[in-house]
Amino acid sequence: MAKQHISFTLNGQKVETLVEPRELLIHVLREQLGQTGSHIGCDTSHCGACTVDLNGKSVKACTILAVQANDGEVLTVEGLAKDGELHPVQEGFMQEHGLQCGFCTPGMLLRAYRFLQENPNPTEEEIRWGMSGNLCRCTGYQNIIKAVQYAAKKMQSA
Amino acid sequence: MSSTADTVEREKNLQGIGCSRKRKEDPRFIQGKGNYVDDIKMPGMLFADMVRSPHAHARIKSINKEKALALPGVHAVITAEDLKPLNLHWMPTLAGDVQAVLADEKVVFQQQEVALVVADDRYIAADATELVEVEYEELPPIVDPHKAMDPDAPIIREDLVGKMEGAHSKRLHDNHIFTWEVGQKDETDRVFETAEVTVKQEMTYQRVHPSPLETCGCVASFDKIKGTLTVYITSQAPHVVRTVVSQLSGIPESKVRIISPDIGGGFGNKVGVYPGYVATIVASIVLGRPVKWVEDRIEHLSTTAFARDYHMTGELAADKDGRIKALRVNVLADHGAFDACADPSKFPAGLFHICTGSYDIPTAYARVDGVYTNKAPGGVAYRCSFRVTEAVYLIERMVDVLAQKLNIDKAEIRFRNFIKPEQFPYTSAFGWEYDSGNYHAALKKVLEAVDYEGLRKEQAEKRARGELMGIGIVTFTEIVGAGPSKTCDILGIGMFDSCEIRVHPTGSALARMGTITQGQGHQTTYAQIIASELGIPSEDIQIEEGDTDTAPYGLGTYGSRTTPVGGAATAKAARKIRAKARKIAAHLLEVSEDDLEWDVDRFRVKGSPDQAKTMKEIAWAAYNNVPEGMEPGLEAVEYYDPPNFTYPFGAYVCVVDIDKYTGVTKIRRFYALDDCGTRINPMIIDGQIHGGLTEGFAVAMGQELIYDEGGNILGNSFMDYFLPTAVETPHWETDYTVTPSPHHPLGAKGVAESPHVGSIPTFTAAVVDAFAHLGVTHMNMPHNAFNVWKKIHELGLDKRS
Ligand code: FES
Ligand code: FES
Repeated sequence: MAKQHISFTLNGQKVETLVEPRELLIHVLREQLGQTGSHIGCDTSHCGACTVDLNGKSVKACTILAVQANDGEVLTVEGLAKDGELHPVQEGFMQEHGLQCGFCTPGMLLRAYRFLQENPNPTEEEIRWGMSGNLCRCTGYQNIIKAVQYAAKKMQSA
Repeated sequence: MSSTADTVEREKNLQGIGCSRKRKEDPRFIQGKGNYVDDIKMPGMLFADMVRSPHAHARIKSINKEKALALPGVHAVITAEDLKPLNLHWMPTLAGDVQAVLADEKVVFQQQEVALVVADDRYIAADATELVEVEYEELPPIVDPHKAMDPDAPIIREDLVGKMEGAHSKRLHDNHIFTWEVGQKDETDRVFETAEVTVKQEMTYQRVHPSPLETCGCVASFDKIKGTLTVYITSQAPHVVRTVVSQLSGIPESKVRIISPDIGGGFGNKVGVYPGYVATIVASIVLGRPVKWVEDRIEHLSTTAFARDYHMTGELAADKDGRIKALRVNVLADHGAFDACADPSKFPAGLFHICTGSYDIPTAYARVDGVYTNKAPGGVAYRCSFRVTEAVYLIERMVDVLAQKLNIDKAEIRFRNFIKPEQFPYTSAFGWEYDSGNYHAALKKVLEAVDYEGLRKEQAEKRARGELMGIGIVTFTEIVGAGPSKTCDILGIGMFDSCEIRVHPTGSALARMGTITQGQGHQTTYAQIIASELGIPSEDIQIEEGDTDTAPYGLGTYGSRTTPVGGAATAKAARKIRAKARKIAAHLLEVSEDDLEWDVDRFRVKGSPDQAKTMKEIAWAAYNNVPEGMEPGLEAVEYYDPPNFTYPFGAYVCVVDIDKYTGVTKIRRFYALDDCGTRINPMIIDGQIHGGLTEGFAVAMGQELIYDEGGNILGNSFMDYFLPTAVETPHWETDYTVTPSPHHPLGAKGVAESPHVGSIPTFTAAVVDAFAHLGVTHMNMPHNAFNVWKKIHELGLDKRS
């Protein structure tokens, strides 16, 4: 299949690559660009393990064609920490034991990152709804909610 | 002089047993640096994809690979015909059966593996699977296990025709796998004949799937020059996989390296060896290149190991005060088309005979019959110890049924039948020796915490108003930590586990175990055990698992066996090191060993505490100044064969409100008290309990793998298969008591599965209890709105006045 040239900003760096029009963003991120933090957990856009930030919105990278990211700005888990310092959502997940096997975690973190910009001071109920596009099989969500609350608090006081 | 404050400070520094230490594995996971199977990339790596059967039962007339092979980028299409010369078209299962690696002349369940396509990338591989032409002749399928042994039932396993001596017993029919009986049949029947009260209840435990967030997969890499095979694999038991792969392939075990890297959850699903793994390994051997195969979610739900599918009839005999005299159980077990249960070899129904539960039941008998159907193979322990979830469900349901029949409160009937604290160690009617327990105290604590009396009062008021509120109570006992090798083996290998510890000259340590973490936090908690035993701070202890080239042989992580078996091995290995350290300390201090006592992180001279040698100092001396005749170094290995299982227990209460018009069940409150003996890391324990409760909630309230009459699997994606999100998941309240195991070196029992095992019957109990005043004794899971509404409608409760 004829390949197409695309370029976009990935975690602050310009990247360029050739992709088939049918290639999914998640595969390009993981297999061509070596960013394996974002995962694949399903075939039906339900699990959210592939969640990344594209142009200021949470997207499921398994449901986006790589060509749709052309000229865009993509943030993945690899780009969350700045200058060796963890982002508050990363810190929150660690402090509140918000992860176990870690497979859902990158997607959760990216969703929490965007959600807290949409709603900086959420209630528990709002967090439950705001994170409901991301499945976790290990934690039962209770500590994920605490992790998001931890990050919200930390970001407010910053 | 070491003051108390100093001791406390030094203990704190260790971050040992009992400390809620933050997890060692988190920094890599929160920064995207996990290393899961699908993250592995090797030079020259190819991708495999599977051609699968659209039919539940059909003969394969022909397979035409030509078009697929003609597609640019395709390297191979492998079928059973290609595997035959290697004798790899069938493989043994853990349950004494065989399973087709790639369908051999016949397919026996929908989505069965028919051909493996290997190509340059995953897109080409997927395209090529569409180009493989398979011609089928459909055969009638058996879907309902109750019909499997009908005289005219179509034969599913033609390879077994005439072989009436099965792995576990005589086979009664071509679709019969085994009959397994345990307990005293005649005595039980006699008690039933003369009992004041008897109750009987049928129940179906539906087919469900563990479905960890990461599916199964592997990367196989055969080095033709060295003759070595390396396989990265999503396995809960890498050492067993190595043995199986070596036996199947003929490659010496010393040249097979199995690596379980980070694993995205297992829950019992990743114990067995799947056809995809074997076919991928063959592809790598044949092509001489690394090959990756990672299944998608639909393949995962349709073909890898399911759990349950137990069709049970329970009976209790009791006196009129509700004191249980006997238990009788009959089970029909649907194992699918191959018996690929993961159980210790001698137990075709696992540890199901723990089904007398927490109760002092003098007489019992159980019979399980396994049958083949045209469904995916399996029967694994989904976050539980082999069939213990089914056992606990049965007894907890039966105790409620008896309570309702006699009009005795559901908490009270439990108090009347509990094994008493002074009866431990207690031998059950089925011969299990329960190590320790205090069931009365646990239930009492929970009832007080939830104000049980107040809840019953509220329920009575609501019933008077025609509202539906239910209170479920469960007091379960688990049996975990398989297991003593005299009773437990897998493929002939005793179910021990192992630990190897090396203390380096500068006092840090490296430890490796035969187990493998899938999210349980082994890298954190094992270090805590060693820290407490050796006085080396957790931070300075590195834990490694999952690489068979470096870790000692172990049976892996499932059935809550890590802490009971691996944890014990770790404590005992550490104690060997401490014993040697004591000798070195005596030599350094020029005193006799008997004059020394252990003090957190050092040996000190009794009565003269200033004279001491820290573990760090001893470690250095171990490499340059040991007593005469002693080998240098500070290492130990322990292979631990447990003397018994451990028996964690708990008391759970669930309160539900049910909407009469929609059938929607709201979990208002869920209170879980667990007793897992000694608690190594309370933060991790709580996390495991939250997770187990949530998986229990999923099973009870929504999960089910449904097949239609034609054997088509309905609901094999996340569209239909229920995984709760944060919105549906209830808030969990947790609590604990501590009753240490007397035979475990640390007193620990294992915990992660209890909340799954214990919570499922609690949800059912709560839902049924909402209808108990209307004579309802049982409702089958899943308790989704539609199923609950059907009951409401049948009872005529949804009529609007
Ligand atoms: S992989 Fe499941 S939503 Fe994208
Ligand atoms: S931590 Fe395992 S899926 Fe969320």
